[in-house]
Amino acid sequence: MTEPVISLRGIRAELGSRPVLRGIDLTVHRGEVVALLGANGSGKSTAVRSVIGQVPVSSGEIELFGTDRRRFRDWHRVGYVPQRTTAAGGVPATVGEVVSSGRLSRTRFGLFRKADHEAVRRALDLVGMADRAKDSVGALSGGQHQRVLIARALAPEPDLLIMDEPMAGVDLASQEVLAQTLREQVSQGSTVLLVLHELGPLEPLIDRAVVLRDGCVVHDGPPPKAVGQHALPGHDHVHPHAAHDAEPIRTGLLS
Amino acid sequence: MDFLNYDFMQRALLAAVLVGITAPAVGIYLVQRRQALMGDGIGHVAMTGVGLGFLLSWSPVWMATLVSVLGAVLMELIRWYGRTRGDIALAMLFYGGMAGGVMFINLAPTGSNANLTSYLFGSLSTVSESDVTAIVLLAAFVVLVTLGLRRQLFAVSQDEEFARVTGLPVRALNLLTAITAAVTVTVAMRVVGLLLVSALMVVPVAAAQQLSRSFAATFAIAVGIGVTVTIGGTVTSYYQDVPPGATIVLLTIGAFIALTALAAPLARRRARALAAAHPTGDPAECAIPASRETGGKVGV
Repeated sequence: MTEPVISLRGIRAELGSRPVLRGIDLTVHRGEVVALLGANGSGKSTAVRSVIGQVPVSSGEIELFGTDRRRFRDWHRVGYVPQRTTAAGGVPATVGEVVSSGRLSRTRFGLFRKADHEAVRRALDLVGMADRAKDSVGALSGGQHQRVLIARALAPEPDLLIMDEPMAGVDLASQEVLAQTLREQVSQGSTVLLVLHELGPLEPLIDRAVVLRDGCVVHDGPPPKAVGQHALPGHDHVHPHAAHDAEPIRTGLLS
Repeated sequence: MDFLNYDFMQRALLAAVLVGITAPAVGIYLVQRRQALMGDGIGHVAMTGVGLGFLLSWSPVWMATLVSVLGAVLMELIRWYGRTRGDIALAMLFYGGMAGGVMFINLAPTGSNANLTSYLFGSLSTVSESDVTAIVLLAAFVVLVTLGLRRQLFAVSQDEEFARVTGLPVRALNLLTAITAAVTVTVAMRVVGLLLVSALMVVPVAAAQQLSRSFAATFAIAVGIGVTVTIGGTVTSYYQDVPPGATIVLLTIGAFIALTALAAPLARRRARALAAAHPTGDPAECAIPASRETGGKVGV
């Protein structure tokens, strides 16, 4: 077996007093594409957010590239695509500005060199948004916005991509672009961990599926075959998601 | 331009220009984080510093800086840990700060509510040499942070969770933003006053947004508006004998209204340019497909 890129052992996490993860194990090896599947509330988003340190874990061990997550500093090796939110900053920003912020992990003190500008342009090219670099992100459709977030994750040229529901609410044209982008990354040896509601158009890319139910791993192996109406061609299964439970309650005035 | 011959006007203009630069430069990050009213809260807390300055016979400017920095750090900590009761804790901080200021200044032998008023609404013509030194030093710090760390502050203010995954020291940057905002409040205190500070942090940014599509342009336009209105307000108050702080704030709001009126035609032109640059092939309006013959010729 190759070196594990992500290794979770016995992870438990609670949100408030409610257990969300009840001792899950998950290993992702170099070059693998792993999908984390499960119904709403099964804990799949919490699981990936624990990998990147966004959810406090009550017990268990997390390693990234063989290093304990708390001591892990090579964040430029990780490209993270959060669940797309409609909330944007209160000030306009261009596509180029947002994607550039993904490159910061590769810079010293935030100083951009020529190579950094080129990497940002390449990332925009990969998702087919190079001609929109100077447009405001506020003027984009949902699918285009998702492509921008993926370009932002690709800007540091990471070895590992972690994506939280990249296909949710994305139009067909953008889904095609995303699948193609992911194919290219995988062919270059990237490791990918995806949270998905269902396999959908990414199915041929996926090596292994891990299914969560009520905070436990119930399946770890080849991707399950879709059944029922989910299996119908062209079935577009989109669920509106409630605000994430892990988000602190905003106090309005200052948050 | 005879006003330039007076020392007090030179000091007033220097202080005003520095406020015109620093207030929007910090304010843009607060607006981006949707904490537009944070400056107002810090202004309330700074009153306790002014009161303490009078009570202990220290410089009210430096004392206000110290207290408002502590207050801003406390606000940031409340934001991390406060969750549900955060807003109540903040309310207590704000009003406690204001009440403390009134209390301390009345306990001070030399202080009275009249002194406090000059800090609440600004008192540009009484800016002293030592005030100017403090303002220049503090403004230099603010410019250094807001320009030097613009990429980091942009990333943290745009998407805090993502910024953490890029390995940025998010908590340190959040604290630095809060401290910089507190410093700006005390820079602006003598010019527009503690109760009007927040307007100069927020309104130029809101006005700039009417014209801009990028963060960089918003930053530049907001600072441009800030400098214009602070100089304009100061000069106006020299000739017309009106309070400079209020004049500056009203000019800023005027700039916002004027730019909003300009923005609608600009947005229409941009939309047309965008449509020309990225033709979708679809007609601009919905068309009902030509209907088949309806009604039918029902033969008998």
